[in-house]
Amino acid sequence: MDKNEERDILRIENLNVRFETEDGVVHAVNGIDMKLGYRKTLGLVGETGAGKTTTALAMLRLVPNPPGVVECDRLEIDGQDVRGMSASKLEQVRGKEISMIFQDPMTALNPVFTVGEQIAESIEIHEHLSKEKALEKAGDMLELVGIPRQRANEYPHQFSGGMKQRVVIAIALACNPKLLIADEPTTALDVTIQAQVLELMNELKEKYDTSMIMITHDLGIVAEVCDDVAVMYAGRIVEQGSLEEVYGKTMHPYTEGLFNSLPNIKNRQAMLKPIHGLMPDPTNLPEGCAFAPRCNYATEECKKACPALRNVGGTHMVACVRYEKDPNFMIDRRKQNG
Amino acid sequence: MADNILEVKHLKKYFKTSRGMLHAVDDINFTLERGKTLGLVGESGCGKSTTGRVILRLLEPTDGEIIFEGKDISKLSKSEMRHMRKDMQIIFQDPFSSLDPKKTVSQIIAEPIIENKIIKGKLAREERVLELMDTVGLAERYINTYPHELDGGRRQRIGIARALAMEPKLIICDEPVSALDVSIQAQILNLLKDLQKKLGLTYIFITHDLSVVNHFSDDIAVMYLGQIVEKAPAEELFDNPVHPYTQALLSAIPIPELGHQRQRVQLKGEITSPIEPPAECRFAKRCLMCNEEVCKKTVPQLIEISPNHFVACPLKQKELGFNV
Repeated sequence: MDKNEERDILRIENLNVRFETEDGVVHAVNGIDMKLGYRKTLGLVGETGAGKTTTALAMLRLVPNPPGVVECDRLEIDGQDVRGMSASKLEQVRGKEISMIFQDPMTALNPVFTVGEQIAESIEIHEHLSKEKALEKAGDMLELVGIPRQRANEYPHQFSGGMKQRVVIAIALACNPKLLIADEPTTALDVTIQAQVLELMNELKEKYDTSMIMITHDLGIVAEVCDDVAVMYAGRIVEQGSLEEVYGKTMHPYTEGLFNSLPNIKNRQAMLKPIHGLMPDPTNLPEGCAFAPRCNYATEECKKACPALRNVGGTHMVACVRYEKDPNFMIDRRKQNG
Repeated sequence: MADNILEVKHLKKYFKTSRGMLHAVDDINFTLERGKTLGLVGESGCGKSTTGRVILRLLEPTDGEIIFEGKDISKLSKSEMRHMRKDMQIIFQDPFSSLDPKKTVSQIIAEPIIENKIIKGKLAREERVLELMDTVGLAERYINTYPHELDGGRRQRIGIARALAMEPKLIICDEPVSALDVSIQAQILNLLKDLQKKLGLTYIFITHDLSVVNHFSDDIAVMYLGQIVEKAPAEELFDNPVHPYTQALLSAIPIPELGHQRQRVQLKGEITSPIEPPAECRFAKRCLMCNEEVCKKTVPQLIEISPNHFVACPLKQKELGFNV
């Protein structure tokens, strides 16, 4: 292993996930490579059905089998191969090295245990502390996320949505994980509460040197918390790079489409330019580029073969045939941004 | 004089709970000009959806007047109201639960036409259904499909076609795009805008998404715990927000641009309960500017601080030289 590889908390090569159902095989994730450095935050962006959550679940080996089948050439967290891990070893890794914040705080908590007990549970298991000590530390965690420790004895239904999400964050961070996967952590929250939760996550990330994968459909949130961005479409990464590269020098037509679909807060007269059509059926993906049927720039070439991710300078990668065929090809957003 | 299609005066809706009266909508006033869009924004539980439903009398108002085209509809009988509803329609948030799963697309769209005996004769009706489907951009081949076979965007188009079937003058859009992906969201927003231009519709657009409401509305009313705290033309509200809550709300929007630096207006504390709320500013407990002397004395009133810009913050009103 060379030095460069040692610095990555997460390495995935050629991840494929398919669900073999009675109605056909759903190709949810189709050959994803991913690399995440220590203390970095990666934003995984895409619409419903792009395969963002499935990718995250595959990292934790939480894809239900059957019907889910996961295949990959490499899946390492902090240098450890997760693919062949035994169930007992996996239990040690989950919650300790890598933990996940789920989208819906209302259903992620157990209604019959107090929030203190739920935070203490993972501390007890992973840090081998006595119940008293674990509860003590659970109180500390609550304070860390801005909830008075006296409330540790209350049940989830006694908390508001924003508070519940803070509890979920406290559980995820309780054992100081090296990698935190946050699956739409603020989607169920109001904007003012969302701002508070994002701020809190940013602070905690700095404090504990945690790496993070932020799964979201909100390009605004990505701009606020992420270092790197990967845009997913139909189970593939179509563009990835640093925030500056993807936002400042957008190259993939789908990424451009996402930006154009957002109302511009500074120019209310601007007409929205939606992406026409719909996401392809994952049981029946087109042969060529999956985005081609909706793409304004598509040519016959695009429908022939699925484009590979190619490096276009720095860490910036894009999967689009047009650039390969024509070195002068440019999408409209780039022309405007200069 | 402005042609006002709707005027709401002192509208209230209280719900009885075991702990007392819940003030869901508490003394709301506004007028809406024909052909315009009023955006109603606020966070969950602020009473924006209840307001929409009370205006249509899907919920009975506790008190107040709803004057639609010069006629107070708050006192109309059920059958009179039924007649009125032809002119006032609603589009719901969740296109998955607002459509009858056992009916085909054509049956869903035709239902209000049959129910209200607008068009007689099967052929003419079918023609109208096709025309409506075309208006909202639904391909003819979907006429006999069921809602579960369609995606969220197409389902929402059915909801819009059903609302348009009555040729309404006013449509209340209750979070019509919140359940949709951004690329589909933009399609539906553009459709609603086109329809407004083509058919001269008036909208009340209820949403929690500030960038959408900015894009879509002429006027915006910001609600907090059952009351309007600020109301202004969209541009004015975004350029010059005055109420501390509006400022906090606007500063919390994540902007999808590089290097966007700004000062967040922080909020603190717990939210005031809407059950038997005290006679003070309901935002006071979360407001960093709160001055006990001024803010906790009476319920703040909306005052016009500049043309068409209304604010209900006693501190700001005082600052600007108004007598509170």
